[in-house]
Amino acid sequence: MTLAAFQGETLGYGGATVLRGVTLALERGERLVLLGRSGAGKTTLLNALYDRLTGAGLRVALAPQDHALVPQLSVTKNALMGRLDDHGALRNLWTLLRPPARDRAEVQALLDPLGLAAQADQPVEALSGGQRQRTALARALYRGGEVLIADEPVSAVDETQAAALLDLMRAHFPASVLALHDVELARSFATRLVGIRAGRVVLDAPPEAVSPAQIEALYA
Amino acid sequence: MAVMPERLSRPAVALIFAVLGLALVPFADLGWAGHDPWAALGRMARGFLAPDFGAVENIATALVSTVAFALCGVAVGAMAGLALAPFWGSALVRGLSIALRSVHELFWALFLMQVLGISPATGVLAIALPYAGIFAKVFAEQIEEADPRPAQVLPPGTDALSRFLWARLPLVWPGMQSYVLYRVECGLRSSAVLGFIGLPTLGFQLDAFFRQGDYGAASAIMILYVLLIATIPLWLRLRAALLWLAAATAWLAALDHPPMGSGALWRFLTVDIVPAPLRRGEGAGGLLTWLGDILWTQGLPGAWATIVVGQIALVLTGAIAFLSFGLIVRRVAGRARLPGHMALVVLRSFPEYMLAYLFLQVFGPSMLPAILALALHNGAIIGHLLGREAEGFPLRRDAPKGATLWAWELAPRLFGRFVALCLYRWEIILRETAVMGLLGIATLGFFIDSAVAELRLDRALLLLVVTGAITAGADAASRVVRSRMGAVREVSARAEALRPLETG
Repeated sequence: MTLAAFQGETLGYGGATVLRGVTLALERGERLVLLGRSGAGKTTLLNALYDRLTGAGLRVALAPQDHALVPQLSVTKNALMGRLDDHGALRNLWTLLRPPARDRAEVQALLDPLGLAAQADQPVEALSGGQRQRTALARALYRGGEVLIADEPVSAVDETQAAALLDLMRAHFPASVLALHDVELARSFATRLVGIRAGRVVLDAPPEAVSPAQIEALYA
Repeated sequence: MAVMPERLSRPAVALIFAVLGLALVPFADLGWAGHDPWAALGRMARGFLAPDFGAVENIATALVSTVAFALCGVAVGAMAGLALAPFWGSALVRGLSIALRSVHELFWALFLMQVLGISPATGVLAIALPYAGIFAKVFAEQIEEADPRPAQVLPPGTDALSRFLWARLPLVWPGMQSYVLYRVECGLRSSAVLGFIGLPTLGFQLDAFFRQGDYGAASAIMILYVLLIATIPLWLRLRAALLWLAAATAWLAALDHPPMGSGALWRFLTVDIVPAPLRRGEGAGGLLTWLGDILWTQGLPGAWATIVVGQIALVLTGAIAFLSFGLIVRRVAGRARLPGHMALVVLRSFPEYMLAYLFLQVFGPSMLPAILALALHNGAIIGHLLGREAEGFPLRRDAPKGATLWAWELAPRLFGRFVALCLYRWEIILRETAVMGLLGIATLGFFIDSAVAELRLDRALLLLVVTGAITAGADAASRVVRSRMGAVREVSARAEALRPLETG
């Protein structure tokens, strides 16, 4: 089943064109990884996918590169923000004042594998960069849904932890689109690699069909 | 007036204002005819050197009432402001906010008394109404400046209230709290001054002591008042805010006050503030004559006096601030820093109106007490801010000290900031100048007060509109000049709060 598709489309933001002639489809069960130099347009493509998927009424979890957390709120509350649209304003207000035990337990179960169990009640502003990144991931995992869109979700953690986090994402979402800069991690996670260069999608193939030279050409 | 050039240099701005202010001096009534200021000063000084805490019951009652009115007024104003702030995009809300804050607390009180009498509600609303307008503006700015990203990544279907409470409010909450604390300081000043027109706060008791010639008691109450303001960061914790508020409300509820006849509000709205010729059915012609007459015989002279006093006071404010900020910088003043700090804190604690009242006892009625009061209070506030910034400069280790440091390093670096702060205070100074008319100085407040005393509320309302137009004009002009000076960090009222342990 196709979740979202582009047919030779032009994408950009704020009136500026970033990508041209984009043809791309995301099927259920696929894991796409976007590769390319910074500024190539990975974030633009992720945003366009997010808009297209949510526009089609799909439930999408988002982990943006800048995390977009509320620094003054605790890790648990930042995670709880992933489901605000499931409840009415009153219930959300109550949750903000006093998160129900069931919701807390559910978040706690996610924080354990993310290594954030001890920080559950700390405000995000007291955390390190890697911990913040995992908090943003906790919010996305708690939200759940058909697709995960994540922009460099493991850039601030070490390689072993990165692999474990990617396993978590794989287990939680039937489909995902990630931007990653670590090629080895990308190869092991992805069902398809999408390469972007000079404003165009120049590569779209399963990892086993992509040669190291092709990848190198993306960053040249 | 010539068209303003695209770019204005800061020295040019300072020079223009200085020349304008000096040019107005010949028009100002600065005499102390028939008064012997030295004798009055001597009597006061003796009293102040020997504070008399004997009238403890009167003093305590007045201080507690001052705090209670301030806390309730600020709380109501803050809540109303918070309710308005999210709707800042609406022109209606912005217009309401401008109208609320362009009217001084004392003018609000004068009008509220016509409806509510001298009651706790009058005092609380007189503070809450203008503060609601200010809070709405500042809260809206804080919300606008906050990081928009957390709200953007919320799930698409999230309702507006949750969006605000989860992803907007937490970001601005700390800033709002510190701004509310700063406003409590302002509220204590406003509340004290409300006493001068009859509410049972500090101004009332101070006036009573002065009338009795009891300078020792006056001294005692003022010392306690300064201590109260200087220690706000220590005694007012937002965690205990609800307790404080409950106590304040209980205190105000227990005050007895003369009852007001029913229907006062209705009469006020449908009769009192309707222009007299319309009430008498004289039509548009009569209305025009009425308008022209009041504006020509009262509006114009009142506005002229307000501008003369305000502009001269602004120049003197600048001079005091520029020369005094070094007093609180360690590398400039050395050990003299503490007395300097004390002087600035005392001067900023006393509202302009109260200082003008004191100077009036010394110099008698003229523009001089008003100008001195405005310049000392505002000069102390700006000097305090500049000094605080100067302390934060990273200086090289072999930098000079004393006056050389002030002249070569601090004054040049802070000049732009200094001009911006003065321009920011310009509107505030004019607003306070107008209200000083209540003390008998011929600014707009004098004519408003007379009209209220004669129960000509229609006339008072018209003069109030003139007052609002002057301050709004200064505000707009100040904005234009500041934007053309370029490269000066924008000033915000939030920077003015006293910080803990900064109290000398």
